[in-house]
Parts: sequence; C-alpha cells; structure tokens
Amino acid sequence: MSLFDKFQPIVDIRAELAKLGVMPFGAVTEKLLSATEAIVNGHKVILAGTNNYLGLTFDPQCIAAAKQAVEEQGTGTTGSRMANGTFAEHIKLEQELGAFFDRRHTIVFSTGYAATMGMASTLAGPGDVIVLDADSHASIYDGVRMSGAEVIRFRHSDPADLEKRLRRLGERTANTLIIVEGIYSMLGDQAPLADIAAVKREYGGMLLVDEAHSLGMLGAHGRGVAEAAGVEADVDFVVGTFSKSLGAIGGYCVSNHPELEAIRFGIRSYIFTASPSPSVIASTRVALRLMQERPELRERLWNNAQRLYDGLEQLGFQVSPQVSPVVAVTIKDRNQAIAWWQELLQRGAYVNLVMPPASPTSDSLLRCSVSAAHSPEQIDRIIDAFAALQPAGMAAAD
Amino acid sequence: MPDYNDFLSRIYEILKPFAKHGRILNEDSELVTELGLTSLQVMELIEQIEDHFDISVPLNILPDIRTIRDLALQLEKLTN
Repeated sequence: MSLFDKFQPIVDIRAELAKLGVMPFGAVTEKLLSATEAIVNGHKVILAGTNNYLGLTFDPQCIAAAKQAVEEQGTGTTGSRMANGTFAEHIKLEQELGAFFDRRHTIVFSTGYAATMGMASTLAGPGDVIVLDADSHASIYDGVRMSGAEVIRFRHSDPADLEKRLRRLGERTANTLIIVEGIYSMLGDQAPLADIAAVKREYGGMLLVDEAHSLGMLGAHGRGVAEAAGVEADVDFVVGTFSKSLGAIGGYCVSNHPELEAIRFGIRSYIFTASPSPSVIASTRVALRLMQERPELRERLWNNAQRLYDGLEQLGFQVSPQVSPVVAVTIKDRNQAIAWWQELLQRGAYVNLVMPPASPTSDSLLRCSVSAAHSPEQIDRIIDAFAALQPAGMAAAD
Repeated sequence: MPDYNDFLSRIYEILKPFAKHGRILNEDSELVTELGLTSLQVMELIEQIEDHFDISVPLNILPDIRTIRDLALQLEKLTN
C-alpha cells in the first residue's frame, strides 16, 4: 500500500485516453476568437460548454471597467477581506448584489466554490443537521462534510422524500439546514422549489439555494428559480457565482438574516484566502448592471436553449428532462461518449464530457451549455455536428 | 425497534444480485472491494434500507463501513 494507490483508477483512465489520443479533461483553449468561438486542442470550434450564459466575457463595457481597475488599483488585493483585502469596490458590489436580490445582507467570495462550500460548512455545525439534495454539487458535499453536522441526503428533486426526512427528524428540524440548487449543473433540470419551500414551511428548518446556474435566467428580475417559483421569502440564503452569467470569477451569499454579518467572520473560505482582484470586481459590477439593463440577453439565451434542445431531441438523442441553458445528452457507453466528444471537437463543437462520478448516474454526458451570444446559425452548426455522429452511435444513445 | 439481525437479513435480501458466481453473502463480505458495489450502488442500498425501516441514515457513518457487518452494526447503533 502506498499513498498513491488510490490514484490508480485515474492513472488508468488517463493512460486509456492517451492511447486513444483524446484529451477531454483539461482541453487547452489556445486562442479565444470571441465569447463563442475558440481554438481548442488545435481545432477551431464553437464553444458550447462554457457556462457563459449571457455571453458577457467580451462585452466592451466589462472589459473597459476591468482595464481601468487594473490601472488604478493594481492586479491583486494581496490579502484577505479580514485584513487588507476589503476595497471600497468589494463593498459596493455587495451593496449592488443586495439591491438586486432585495436582501439586506451580502457576502462576496473569491470563487463560487468558496461561497457554496463556505456557507455549507459554516451555517450548520456539530449537533445540527443538514438535509441536502442527493445530486448536489461537489462544493456543497465538500462543505457539509467539513461542517461536522449530521448529513442526510434526500432523493434528487423529490419533495416527498424531503418531507419524510424532516418528519423523521422531529424537533431537530429547528436546527436543520436544507440545501438544494436552483438549476442543477449537469442536466440543467430545475428544482421543484415551490414544493420544497412548502415542505420547509410545514416542518421548519432553514433553506439555502444555490442559484449558480440560474442567475439572470429565471424570475421577473432574473434572480433565479426562487423568484420564478414565488418563494423567495422561504429561502433563507441564496448562494451563487460570478463565473457563469456574469462572466468573471467569484461568489456570493445573500440573506435577510442579520446574523449573516456575524457568520461572515466564521467562514474559513472567506477569511483564509485573498479577496477577488479589482479587475474581477469591476467587470462583475458592470455585468450585474448589464444583466438587468438587457433583458434581451435572457430572451436570446432561452431561444438558443430551445433551439438546441429541440434539434438534439429531433435527432433522437436522450436529452435533459427539461429545456434549460444546459442541454445534456446522456450516453450509456463511456467509450462511445469519449469518441463522440473527440469527434464533436473535430467537427467544430466544444462540449463538456462528463463521466461518473461527476455525472449524476452511471451514464456519461455530452453536456452543452448555450449562450445569449450564440447566433442561431452557430446553434445549428452544433446540431449539425451531433447529427454527423448518428450512424456510428444511435444504438448506444438508447 | 429493528435489531442487528433485522438489518442483516434486509441487507442480504437487497444485496442478493451482487452474490455472483454462487458466492454466499456473509457478515464479512466487503461491499466495495468484494461485491463490487459502486458508490452510487452503495447509496441505492442505503436508500432501500431507509425506505424499509423508515429511517434516515446520515452520510457521516459511511466512512466506517466496509463490510455487511459494519453496516448492520451502524444501523443498529443509529436506531437504538
């Protein structure tokens, strides 16, 4: 036995992929041509796996703000929010996020992972209970494991199963934290948040919703699934990221609970890391404003999502359960998924290859994410690339 | 309250399909290394136990479980 034995399965699969000449994990983007096109692993491709939902990464206003921030404030803060790393702009972004979400308290984090993991690991502790959706993101699982709380899963997006779990807890629901996501990252399915909120109202506990993949997409103001479902008052904490709709990196938590200001000082992933760089904060602030000023981005995003979803479904692929900016094709045979991923790249479409345990089942996924910046023609080219795969593999997609 | 033997017999019942090549399940059977359960299958096993006994099994106990005996003992501890 050695320390390295446990990595052998990874070594094996890397060797297998190398033999096939495929590099799906850590594919190299050699040159970005726009928000939707790049040279990846030597192939000119349409980017259909970037989570750049609103296509704001190359927005001239965002870029100008980032440039100005670099010139005026330097390349980094070089310190924690608790020490020298709180700049006036961090506070402004927190205020702007609070106003956008109509919540009184906000924390900005250096990454979405730090936000979700930090909140999940800090809100509940030893003696408390966390009840989380089984398909929760790794950042949530990492956080709850660190929390020291008792951790119970409920079946994915199954309010009846959640209800059973809370009933079994009895009075312990008073110190129970329920964690779900708005849109789930792998298949793009939405949580049945109205039903989940109703269960929470009946049994008690607090509710944290990760809206990482739904910010700017759903609800009258674009606040996410909670707003769309009309249950924001039942959601105690919303967490999310700047690395998708807002085209930067970073994360946040918003809440009406004044205790968030005290919790801030107990979150290790907030304290023991450097704060977001000035350029990141600057472009995020502009992107947050543009997201609100340009509802047409959202409309284009959903039109593109519908177009890709319909196109892949008509080709006979097993697509996600519902239309969303994440459109995932399920492939039972892992080797088929790998071969198709490579073929798609060669045919000019970059998508994400997802294999267990990152996928929610034992199947693999060719996960696409669409952008408001995609033209309908680009969406059609992505569909065409999938269409070309058919003769070899429709049997495997059944 | 179900006891150790109740949990044991239920686990045997659920894991029957994993007793390949005529192998007989016993308390020392290791779930992952011997029976070949994936992490997803371990979770499905737990869910079936939870439904049957109307209990919730915290994930916290999983690192301590390698064998069928470990699981039955942990379940007994949990419910008694």
